[in-house]
Amino acid sequence: MNPSASAPLLTLRRIAKNYGGVRALRGVDFDLAAGEVHALLGENGAGKSTLIKVATGAHRPDAGEITVAGRTLDGLTPTLAQQLGIACIYQQPALFPDLTVAENIGLRLEHGGAARRIDWPARRARATDLLARVGATIAPDTEVGELSMPEQQLVEIACAVGAGARIVIMDEPTASLTQREQARLFTVVRELRTAGVGVIYISHRLEEIFALADRVTVLRDGASVGTHPVAAMDEAGLIKLMVGREVAQLYPPAESPPGDVVLSLQNVGCSAAGVRAVSLEVRAGEIFGLAGLVGAGRTELARVLFGLTPATAGEIKLNGRPIAIGSPQQAIELGIAYVPEDRRRHGVILEMPVAQNMTMAVHRRLFPTSWLRSGAEQSLALEYVRDLAVKCSSCDAPGGSLSGGNQQKVSLARWLATKPRVLILDEPTQGVDVGAKSEIHRIIRRLAKDGLAVLMISSDLPEVLGMSDRIGVMRAGTLAAVLPGGSDAHTVMAMALGQEGDKGAA
Amino acid sequence: MKRYFRELSVTAALLLVLLGLAVLAPAFYQPQPLLSLVTREAPTLIVACGMALVIICRQIDISVGSQFSVCSVCAGLLAARGWPLPLVVAASAGLGALMGAINGGLVAGLRLPSIVVTLATMVTLRQGLNLVRQGEFVNLPDSVQWFGLSQSAGQATLVVSALVVLVVIGLALRHLSAGRQVYAVGTNAEAARLAGIPPQRVTFLVFVFLGALTGLAAIMNIVQSPQVQPLSGAGLELKVIAAVVVGGVAIAGGRGNLWGAFAGLLLLACVSPALTHLHIEAYWEKAIQGAIILLAVVADGVRQRRGGK
Repeated sequence: MNPSASAPLLTLRRIAKNYGGVRALRGVDFDLAAGEVHALLGENGAGKSTLIKVATGAHRPDAGEITVAGRTLDGLTPTLAQQLGIACIYQQPALFPDLTVAENIGLRLEHGGAARRIDWPARRARATDLLARVGATIAPDTEVGELSMPEQQLVEIACAVGAGARIVIMDEPTASLTQREQARLFTVVRELRTAGVGVIYISHRLEEIFALADRVTVLRDGASVGTHPVAAMDEAGLIKLMVGREVAQLYPPAESPPGDVVLSLQNVGCSAAGVRAVSLEVRAGEIFGLAGLVGAGRTELARVLFGLTPATAGEIKLNGRPIAIGSPQQAIELGIAYVPEDRRRHGVILEMPVAQNMTMAVHRRLFPTSWLRSGAEQSLALEYVRDLAVKCSSCDAPGGSLSGGNQQKVSLARWLATKPRVLILDEPTQGVDVGAKSEIHRIIRRLAKDGLAVLMISSDLPEVLGMSDRIGVMRAGTLAAVLPGGSDAHTVMAMALGQEGDKGAA
Repeated sequence: MKRYFRELSVTAALLLVLLGLAVLAPAFYQPQPLLSLVTREAPTLIVACGMALVIICRQIDISVGSQFSVCSVCAGLLAARGWPLPLVVAASAGLGALMGAINGGLVAGLRLPSIVVTLATMVTLRQGLNLVRQGEFVNLPDSVQWFGLSQSAGQATLVVSALVVLVVIGLALRHLSAGRQVYAVGTNAEAARLAGIPPQRVTFLVFVFLGALTGLAAIMNIVQSPQVQPLSGAGLELKVIAAVVVGGVAIAGGRGNLWGAFAGLLLLACVSPALTHLHIEAYWEKAIQGAIILLAVVADGVRQRRGGK
């Protein structure tokens, strides 16, 4: 294919976007030609979703230029994007489950006042026609709630076709599909391409990119590291592009060999959480990193270990004794602590003062008579404010008034106060600025040195590689491999993506 | 200061009304009518304490009026059979707690919205009572009225015990671990759960507690008259919720205290006697109470918008 033969459908030039202090995109160039499938690839947090949000008008870029079909746009809004023929199909279809397929399609495609009369036969006829064009055998009168996920995706694609979309963006469309459903989706995508539609295709699955895409653009840390014809690439080359950054930060090293096994899992599973057959051991003084793609089951495993979704299979041992973890209270009593992922929603109660946040999990020990002794509360809070260098105006300042890194320290303090034996950290430095990040890294290493068994979930690959003494890679709800600390990014990424690497020894 | 702005402003409004009455209608302060007024509000105050807890926990219970009626009638029947008063009190509180447990069990156990659950129990309990009793009054033995004391001693006992309940629950809410848990669950139930606080249990227990207090309040009401009137609790839920909300307990949960609820209750209760003493038509009472509630809610809305969250 030859993109220069016709004017590109969509051109993005030097797109930059910041969220708070985080640079999500820093000058990305991207173009899409008519009749091509252009894959967008990158690690978690590389900036793929942000770029898509810019291209659909959901977010306005801080800098850069968007050109659609030769027309340079000042501000792209979702409505304008729709008029220009840009359609986006998300992983989770955004349809109305209680309305029929025809009604859903009608809602997207019909325009006019609230008082207009609906031409039901025309609506149904159009739905039938569009569904046929995308190869779906769905009756237009079916309620969308009764359809399977892939069928709903086809309805979404039918909407896009019906809207005359010239640019179709697909965000991990195969994440929940079976092989056969996937094959059918590919057929539809190829038909779109033949019809001259440009498709931006996002996926973590490399084999799909080789099967489907004409060109691939790899994003890393919010910047494009190159656009290549897929025919000229191989899997190893793509993985290298995705992770090929130098480990810029210095991570505090382990100073002493780990001690006894503290936490041991044997074939642990939980069907409701989608976790199956996980076996691993974490030793005192060890940081066990859990890597994997978003949705690979890492947070779900943490929730099993904290009693939020108790295990339904396998055996969990703590210091050699089999234990059952049925609730967070039990987990706390056993000495398991869980610092959750989304600190603003789950880690810290933003309206509550710092001191109250820190003592929340230790009421029983700190206040044996149940009477809240504010002296004890304040002194515990002060101890951790000093120890973790939390920057706050006072211990009575509401948690929400602190910066992200300091909120994370408050959340950490709450769990250190429980004097745990096992500390589970879920994305401990997500959205934290660089300075606070290395501070938190030093704290984690120090805690391990003091004898804690640390299980650290992180999507930040350099962090996992730099911090962990051993690295477990999760994929599809189970542990795909355990790699030694200091493994290279390529191996971890290959494991996470499901490429059986050559170094996959446990 | 800023944190307690609402409580302070409601208290200031109350003091302003009381001061205005002192100047314009000093007759309001005659001891006996004033004591009667306060006594009439004592049961409402108890229920308001429990309601404040439920609302801080981000729930609501609109069945308290029906619970109150059921407890009143049952307590009356037991007293008429000659049960000793302490047993009647315990039975009434226990019955209230049982009804609260039904509400709490449905809300916490099945995670149903509390407004719908308590709407259903409100109607069911009220109509069940009507069906069984056909609106019949219960005559009480003399020993029940005013606890067998003189009227003024009985009134004083009621007022003092209501204040004791208020202070005890107020302190508990502020100084006990359990109180902190109610705030935590009402502010962010998922975060509370991740901190080892069981939100379902806390939710269940605040409903049970409100039920038990409603049972006690029913006793405090029936001792004030020689008969139990089965409709005595009608409309109680509105009065109580209004008082709590005017007093600054956020309907979205997590915010407020009993001092505010107390001040809110007194402010609303003052309206009617104030109108009488100022020779204004009694028709204005509901309009003025409505305006006060609206003002309080608008103030909340403005505060939240300014807060930018």
